[in-house]
Amino acid sequence: MLKRKDLLGIQDISREEILEILDTAESFQEVSTRPIKKVPTLRGKTIINLFFEASTRTRTSFEIAGKRLSADVVNISASTSSISKGETLIDTARTLDAMAADCVVIRHSASGAPHTLSRLTHASIINGGDGAHEHPTQALLDAYIIRKRKGRLNDLKVAIIGDIAHSRVARSNVHLLTKFGTQVWLCSAPTLMPPGVEKIVCDRSEFLHVTHSMDQAVKQADVVMMLRVQFERMSESFFPSVREYFRYYGLTRERAERAKPDVIIMHPGPINRGVEIATDVADGPYSVILDQVSAGVAVRMAILFLLLGS
Amino acid sequence: MDLVVKNGRLVDPARKVDAVADIVIRSGKIQSIGSATVPEIPVFDATGLIVAPGFFDIHVHLREPGTEEAETIATGGSAAVAGGFTAVAAMPNTKPPNDDPSITHYIISEARRSSPARVFPIGAITKEQKGETLAEIGEMFEAGIVGISDDGKPVMDARLFRRALEYAGMFDMPVIQHCEDLHLAKDGVMHEGVYSTRLGLKGIPAAAEETMVSRDLILAEMTGSKYHVAHLSTRRSLERVREAKSRGLRVTAEVTPHHFTLTDSAVADYDTNAKMNPPLRSSDDLAAIVEGISDGTIDAIASDHAPHHVNVKMLEFDRAAFGITGLETAVGLALTKLPLSITRLIELFSINPQKIMKVVPWGLFEGSDADLTILDLNRTWTFDVNQSRSRSRNSPFYGWPMKGKAVGTIVGGKVVFQDRT
Repeated sequence: MLKRKDLLGIQDISREEILEILDTAESFQEVSTRPIKKVPTLRGKTIINLFFEASTRTRTSFEIAGKRLSADVVNISASTSSISKGETLIDTARTLDAMAADCVVIRHSASGAPHTLSRLTHASIINGGDGAHEHPTQALLDAYIIRKRKGRLNDLKVAIIGDIAHSRVARSNVHLLTKFGTQVWLCSAPTLMPPGVEKIVCDRSEFLHVTHSMDQAVKQADVVMMLRVQFERMSESFFPSVREYFRYYGLTRERAERAKPDVIIMHPGPINRGVEIATDVADGPYSVILDQVSAGVAVRMAILFLLLGS
Repeated sequence: MDLVVKNGRLVDPARKVDAVADIVIRSGKIQSIGSATVPEIPVFDATGLIVAPGFFDIHVHLREPGTEEAETIATGGSAAVAGGFTAVAAMPNTKPPNDDPSITHYIISEARRSSPARVFPIGAITKEQKGETLAEIGEMFEAGIVGISDDGKPVMDARLFRRALEYAGMFDMPVIQHCEDLHLAKDGVMHEGVYSTRLGLKGIPAAAEETMVSRDLILAEMTGSKYHVAHLSTRRSLERVREAKSRGLRVTAEVTPHHFTLTDSAVADYDTNAKMNPPLRSSDDLAAIVEGISDGTIDAIASDHAPHHVNVKMLEFDRAAFGITGLETAVGLALTKLPLSITRLIELFSINPQKIMKVVPWGLFEGSDADLTILDLNRTWTFDVNQSRSRSRNSPFYGWPMKGKAVGTIVGGKVVFQDRT
């Protein structure tokens, strides 16, 4: 069991807690292969999926995870709730708390929204992605896949390529992987690299590298993680055109071949085919993109169980 | 009002005064300074205390007219005197803004009616602070403004800012700029750096301020007008101002207490009371500001008192309003955190602010308005935001221990605040 009320980010959780989540996920993975995919572990618990941003896989993944543990799962999305009537996050939080929810999974476009919610509610808060801050459950499921495929989380070379500036997935992965002593290479055009990023893991900076050369990032990599270009967050010009973006930062077969022969290609989805990743790579033999999705359910079951189980 | 301020250490660097003496006040003016025995009028015993010319906070937001749920001229004035200020300069970004002499008249008459502190209005540079056309600067000057600013916003249009400098030069009023290139700062909510990247918040780069300071200094030199940098917050801005002063430009600059006490690390955990504009900067910027205060590059400390109702502060960090209150903590923070002589402190809080705004000077001389700030340098205290006289509670200094406090505030010979143990 995790000795904490919330899961707000990877930055402030320990290696031991991460390993406990991954080990627990291993045992839950089997549940999803049974004919009756359900265990009674969280019967009587109420989980609210509070999504202020569009999401298919994270929301569905949490919903399935909750239901396989026999919890009651309620989905609230911004367009259908009082939020569109101008209710503040604070009032929404208090309302949900008054209904005695045990857990709220929140996704919000404002970084720190889960922290605000956490201060105001008794329910456990799980960060389902906040602004450009963190997406801890994604990093955990990525770690689950990496450990499964590579047998370890240390002494690897992981290249994270693309829109680092707007990416919460990149930040959570940087925190997680550097905690285990893996070399992480962040790669993007300087316009998409947030200032000071090389120092965000202050005491483990020797594991974090920054480059704008994709060849340098991919060379001999064990894992290549591609990020989606977040057009919806781009109110200004970060690069001249999609064509030019793909020229420098698109993952083609030739580029993928510079990595180790047993490289795995990851992507948190949804994919922009032909923008950051070529179709033949996304669907090719190194791609573990769909494995990530199925691991997502097991990892989220583990997190819900470890936070809410008694 | 009649009063004797007895046995205090009188310090007025502008008049080279530093001695223990009594002040006799008759009808709101200083009648004599020396040794006094005037049995028939009340006495303020200042034994062991510093008696200084009244402190003047040249950058406050009183929110009236228009946002009275956050502050009024009366409550802001009350917070001012509780913080040791006998006078404040009120920024024009009210609703409607002070861009018209009728608003100026309203602020002055409401202050006379309800504020224990003197209030000097600052007029807008441009109509509705839109940055498009000049406001009625001359008529507002006649109505009583002491400077012009579009504070809260910069004047982005360099040509218009040149015109503002030229036109204000006619009245020898300072043009006060909130320096922020809005293109560089777009959507930013905190200082751009490691912390903004870690927190996933959009950054306001130091360059947003520095490029505008640089541009403005060139225009100030070209026009020869008085230019004042509001709430300077970065090392490079400071260096530009230092260089301009060394060449004799008529430039002055102020800093806020939060920029010499806090850095961007205070935003961790998304505390919206650490959200203001300009944002809390890096530790290197903070060090530069402390140097600038000591070496004279910085002329004044001003609070940028920006009260906000809880409804616009208790929100997601991105959506929360910029600004914090500061009138009641400014003097305590300066006394606690800055390695300054008392004379330098009084220059920063009283003498220079009076010069920048070119008000009729007050001080420790016969015939002056009896506006005095009385300090206890040894008083230890803790700021309790719930006891604040401001109508708002948005302060990051809640619970901060301090050493040194304004324990008496006298305006026109009247004791408008005292805190005696």
